[in-house]
Amino acid sequence: MTSIATSGALRRRIPATGFWSWVTTVDHKRIAKLYGYTGFAFFIIGGLEALLIRLQLARPENAFVTPAEYNSLFTMHGTTMIFLVVMPLAAAFMNYLLPLMLGARDVAFPRLNALGYWFFLGGGIVLYSSYILATAGVPAGGFVPETISRLGSAANGGWFMYPPNSGATFSPGSVIDFWLVGIALAGVGSLVSSVNLLTTIFNLRAKGMSLMRMPVFAWMSMVVNFLLLFSIPIITVAIFMLIFDRQFGTSFFEASGGGDPVLYQHLFWLFGHPEVYILILPAMGIVSEVLPVFSRKPLFGYPAVVFAGIAIGFLGFGVWAHHMFASGIGPITQAAFGLSTMTIAIPTGIKVFNWIGTMWGGKLRFKAPMLFAIGFVAMFTIGGLSGVTHSIVPADWQQTDTYYVVAHFHYVLFGGAMFGIFAGLYYWFPKLTGRMYHERLAKWHFWLMLIGFNLTFGPMHWLGLIGMARRTYTYAPGLGFDFWNMVSTIGSFLIASSVLLFMANWIDSRRRGKPAPMDPWDARTLEWSIPSPPPEYNFGEVPAVEALDDLWHQKYDEDERGRPVRKPDADARLSDLEQRHLHPAHPPHLPAPSAFPPLAGLSALGFAFGLLYHATAFGVVLLVLATVGLVVSFLSWSQEPLEEEAGK
Amino acid sequence: MTTHELAAHTETSTGIDTRKVGMWAFLSSEALFFGALITNYLLFKGRTLEGVHPRELLNIPFTSISSFVLLMSSLTMVLAHAALTRNDQKATRRWLLATAALGATFIGGQVFEFTTFYREGMTLSTNPASSSFFVLTGFHGAHVTVGVLLLLSLVAVSFRRKGLTFARGMNLELVGLYWHFVDIVWIVIFTVVYLIR
Repeated sequence: MTSIATSGALRRRIPATGFWSWVTTVDHKRIAKLYGYTGFAFFIIGGLEALLIRLQLARPENAFVTPAEYNSLFTMHGTTMIFLVVMPLAAAFMNYLLPLMLGARDVAFPRLNALGYWFFLGGGIVLYSSYILATAGVPAGGFVPETISRLGSAANGGWFMYPPNSGATFSPGSVIDFWLVGIALAGVGSLVSSVNLLTTIFNLRAKGMSLMRMPVFAWMSMVVNFLLLFSIPIITVAIFMLIFDRQFGTSFFEASGGGDPVLYQHLFWLFGHPEVYILILPAMGIVSEVLPVFSRKPLFGYPAVVFAGIAIGFLGFGVWAHHMFASGIGPITQAAFGLSTMTIAIPTGIKVFNWIGTMWGGKLRFKAPMLFAIGFVAMFTIGGLSGVTHSIVPADWQQTDTYYVVAHFHYVLFGGAMFGIFAGLYYWFPKLTGRMYHERLAKWHFWLMLIGFNLTFGPMHWLGLIGMARRTYTYAPGLGFDFWNMVSTIGSFLIASSVLLFMANWIDSRRRGKPAPMDPWDARTLEWSIPSPPPEYNFGEVPAVEALDDLWHQKYDEDERGRPVRKPDADARLSDLEQRHLHPAHPPHLPAPSAFPPLAGLSALGFAFGLLYHATAFGVVLLVLATVGLVVSFLSWSQEPLEEEAGK
Repeated sequence: MTTHELAAHTETSTGIDTRKVGMWAFLSSEALFFGALITNYLLFKGRTLEGVHPRELLNIPFTSISSFVLLMSSLTMVLAHAALTRNDQKATRRWLLATAALGATFIGGQVFEFTTFYREGMTLSTNPASSSFFVLTGFHGAHVTVGVLLLLSLVAVSFRRKGLTFARGMNLELVGLYWHFVDIVWIVIFTVVYLIR
């Protein structure tokens, strides 16, 4: 490999700290932090949108926001939480953990990894620039106030963006275009990232780390990245077609021009249903790591959990039309998709039982990660059960577009995905920062969030069943909606205050938390066999793995009744490992920082805005510049040396 | 490529070059992309529609020739690969240029086809069948164009002192995989759109 590093003309010096070191970084741990902090910033924004929604719905016939603003709020809330929060937070975990869990120096394509982040960030910027740059048009004869405030100047067609509502006739403004271009850009970022992470999982495992010795988190990441790989192109096609309809006069989804609006629904949900597993499977992986450690038992039924995850991935592509039962797709289709939807409950149930089996008879330690993991199992099960009720077609007709559905998906996406993410954030906090978080504050966070969450979304089941419609900016008094909406609003502020506790804990513990040892939880996987925080090169020497949960077996033997007995030299082994990783005999070569991924990301951002303003001279100039920028960055990228000089 | 270089790239868990695994993953995603576009065309082609329909205009003899040109470019691509395996830089460059030329010829044929259709009254917005025809074949043409650019950059790299090797990032083998994939997609499009009417 040394031959590659000798193209002297291209050698350059990039600082190891400061702003530019973050812009040009290709270190998977730093990129994970970029994903994490950006995702969390969007979590705050999406959360504020949710609070505005709840304030508007607190009382009947409230006029806190206008109908147009309300439409933008729920659309941006959903879009943000899905594309700009849960997906990047999951990407943060996968980026940080996969190389550490698999025993690798970095991911397979460090620069592509950075590119994925910059595309995602560009997508978020395009989406939110809509508040400043875009206009929400008013359809001819539409009942909307003449002026729409800036708060209402963002996409307003729901996160699924169905035509014909999102078509040029009914949404003549530019807010929908900003949404389409932004999501397409973020989607390309996810695609790039999935290619990279899949290759990492397949090719960069340590010696002896066969697939069936990988941590469950790595398995779930593999399934997630396959789902991304196969579903992102479908939403991309749907978005392109809608852009063509809006901008270039086609009528793919315009019934009046011979098109088919239901086709969009098929394409969208053929992406959209795998997408919900893309959101939940990383959290399932996290919980499958946390529960065994805090139960001091191996994961119950490891192969079953793995195969159930794979089964969820496959079935996820065969159930999309259950989102469309009310769109007139015919009885045979409805029956088929109702049945396939029910089968999803089987692998999901297997997982739930395996998690309970893991805890059963274990020595449970109720630390914050464990509390969030148990919260995940309980809340996700409730959300899963209400999900199964959607497979009953007549019941689904009744529930469609009511708050029952809102309750369901918040139980799986907040009670599920976000609880899992918080479990992971506390669990790996010591590894990430080298310090411990404040346990008591974290427990307050958990209980406040659990109570607030159930107060917010529990009543929505009932509200939906008695007929309260989604996506409607207000409701009349005296329908039985008043009390529970107020409860829900109060609950949402409890959630917000629990998030503030989390932030306070995070900020303070990073600076003043107790120093964390390399293995504070007595854990089982490879990332705990290196110092906290990990050195830039991860492993001072390439680990060799002999079993599932290899680190555990290095520390523990079993007695005749199968109970773990700590080896007398376990502590000595750990400190020996720490020293060897801190002071490697041969410092590993690291991927060199690169300015071309951010340059390509910037060009793609320019291209996106060029597309949005393609009808103006400014847009055309931008398109030309961006194309040149893309070609130049990729050409220079391909000629750049891959590694830093030995012993830099 | 020396055996030393070869060894450096095969020390992976699967034994397959990491970049190749990445390329296969990307191509499998592309398959879904074209799958969705082809499905759109199939959905719209049979509907009663206003205006000129693609099947009234498709010129099978002409497109058969341009399809043949594109398929032959796969042959020249393989010959380029074989030449590089022998480390014959000149022959590699020759076959790469031939591949790029054949690809460009195919694109030229597509430009001619599109302009003819426009003159005969079938535009992007005539009806959903014409729209899906142009979007499908247009995106395929864009892929061929990107492929031609990749081939030409390989040719440019081959003029460097050390010439082309298999060691560099986006190497000849990866471009080859991409090129063959784009060809195979065309076989499907030609069959589904042009032959089965």
